[in-house]
Amino acid sequence: MSADMLPLITKALGETAYMVVVSMIISSLVGIPLGVLLHTTSKGQILECMPLNRIVGTVVNAIRSIPFIILMVAIIPLTRLIVGSAIGTTAAMVPLVLASVPFIGRQVETSLREIPYGIVEAAQSMGASPLQIIYKVLLPEAMPNIVAQLTTVIISLIGESAMAGAIGGGGLGDLAIRYGYQRFRPDIMIATVIVLIIMVQIVQFAGNKLAKQLDKR
Amino acid sequence: MIDLSHIEKTYDSSAGPVHALKDISLHIDKGEIFGIIGLSGAGKSTLVRCINLLERPTKGKVSVNGKDMTAMSESQLREARKNIGMIFQHFNLLSTATVFDNIAFPLQLSNTPKDKIKARVTELLELVGLADKAEQFPSQLSGGQKQRVGIARALASNPDILLCDEATSALDPQTTKSILELIKDINQKLKLTVVVITHEMQVIKEICDKVAVIDNGIIAEQGDVLDVFINPKQPITKEFISVLLSNDLPVDFRDIDISSEPFEDSILLMRLTFIGETANDPIISNLVKKYNVDADLFFGSLDDIKGSPFGRLIIGMNGSQADIHSAIDYLKEQKVKVEVIGYVSRHASSHH
Repeated sequence: MSADMLPLITKALGETAYMVVVSMIISSLVGIPLGVLLHTTSKGQILECMPLNRIVGTVVNAIRSIPFIILMVAIIPLTRLIVGSAIGTTAAMVPLVLASVPFIGRQVETSLREIPYGIVEAAQSMGASPLQIIYKVLLPEAMPNIVAQLTTVIISLIGESAMAGAIGGGGLGDLAIRYGYQRFRPDIMIATVIVLIIMVQIVQFAGNKLAKQLDKR
Repeated sequence: MIDLSHIEKTYDSSAGPVHALKDISLHIDKGEIFGIIGLSGAGKSTLVRCINLLERPTKGKVSVNGKDMTAMSESQLREARKNIGMIFQHFNLLSTATVFDNIAFPLQLSNTPKDKIKARVTELLELVGLADKAEQFPSQLSGGQKQRVGIARALASNPDILLCDEATSALDPQTTKSILELIKDINQKLKLTVVVITHEMQVIKEICDKVAVIDNGIIAEQGDVLDVFINPKQPITKEFISVLLSNDLPVDFRDIDISSEPFEDSILLMRLTFIGETANDPIISNLVKKYNVDADLFFGSLDDIKGSPFGRLIIGMNGSQADIHSAIDYLKEQKVKVEVIGYVSRHASSHH
């Protein structure tokens, strides 16, 4: 272990945390409504609209079928358009968000589908509007599941952020490749891996705990 | 109060159109408990959902309180639904909300102020006997308690109508009784019009004033519960009633010949049905005293239908043709329903 290691790891950890947290917030803000849209427009649901459901579903599937490393490279022009550069921590967030939004969308859709339709029907019988059903019935009822699934999304974002790091995004992945692999520093490689393991453990633990607390079934 | 006229509901399925309801017309008066009974798949759940338009009828008109529900816009319909409470077989409570919040839900939908919600929910918790459960979650309650929460929730916005969709079908017999008591109670206290959907004649017998029997998407028969019990006309109705009141003859008479003509040593077997006060009168002993006939009692039961005594006897009458005829006339005068079964040998029941 050398003296330069601690600042290197702290800086990389900060970059990873920044990428993951900001991408997660943006992806959730887009992904959760996407999941609600996918669910409520499907057959027999409150805003049934099969044409829209099919189009959105196809786009979601298309993005989800592209491996992250290819998606990252393929959308470089788009990244440049949005961020102004294709390199750097902020630039790395564009593909991270693009990959996470459909992932969250499908996860949320699955959670919503598990809610018995009877509960929605009961709300309708009390005069609830579709928006009220979404905010007061569907989302609260699915929240324990949604939290559990967003935990999974955060963990896969941590993994993807390491990949993004490898093409100039910074963060722990970048550190492990540049120092651990290219400069033959197994100590840094091992330290990075340990930090990643701890991060994932903490996220999973916190997610489980929160989901359990919300679950009243 | 509720008028359904010529309701039809057709679903499209892969096997072609399914006619769930075919030309159904019903009139439900204010303040009565109206039962709709049918087998599963008969269309009763679809029918009750046509009242608050959770299901939109393919054809026909639904009018509640004189307003045509089928002609309303979505937002008018949402307002109208606040006047029609509904409870369900599987309760359909929010699992992530407490009992208090479940009951408060309809009030929150219409942005009722917090203090008013608290007062109303407290009152409702008292009404359904769950005052000590306000902060519990549905998963901590028994089935009967969950249905009580469902009832409190349905009553929260002071509706005039309560729709009960198989509300007791998931409950055990004791709990069913207590929930039916509660429904009857609120019907009387709050002058609520109640529509009860069920597949159990017991439910109809306990609380309903009127009943409609639905079979294959049509109303097979309807009327006052007592009349339908005494004079069921359709086979489907008789079948429902036979679950509660067996029409089987006593064991001794099941396998012997029943003749429509008298013969040597024969007695005339008949089934008598008494309703209301006559069920308590000593009609049989009067009969034997007044007319020159003998009456052997083979079977007897006393029941009640929504508070009215309801008795049934099977007797074997012996005497001259003329005496038997006058005895039957006497029974009919006493408002006893007489069904003549036929002549059997007096010795058939000798070992009784």
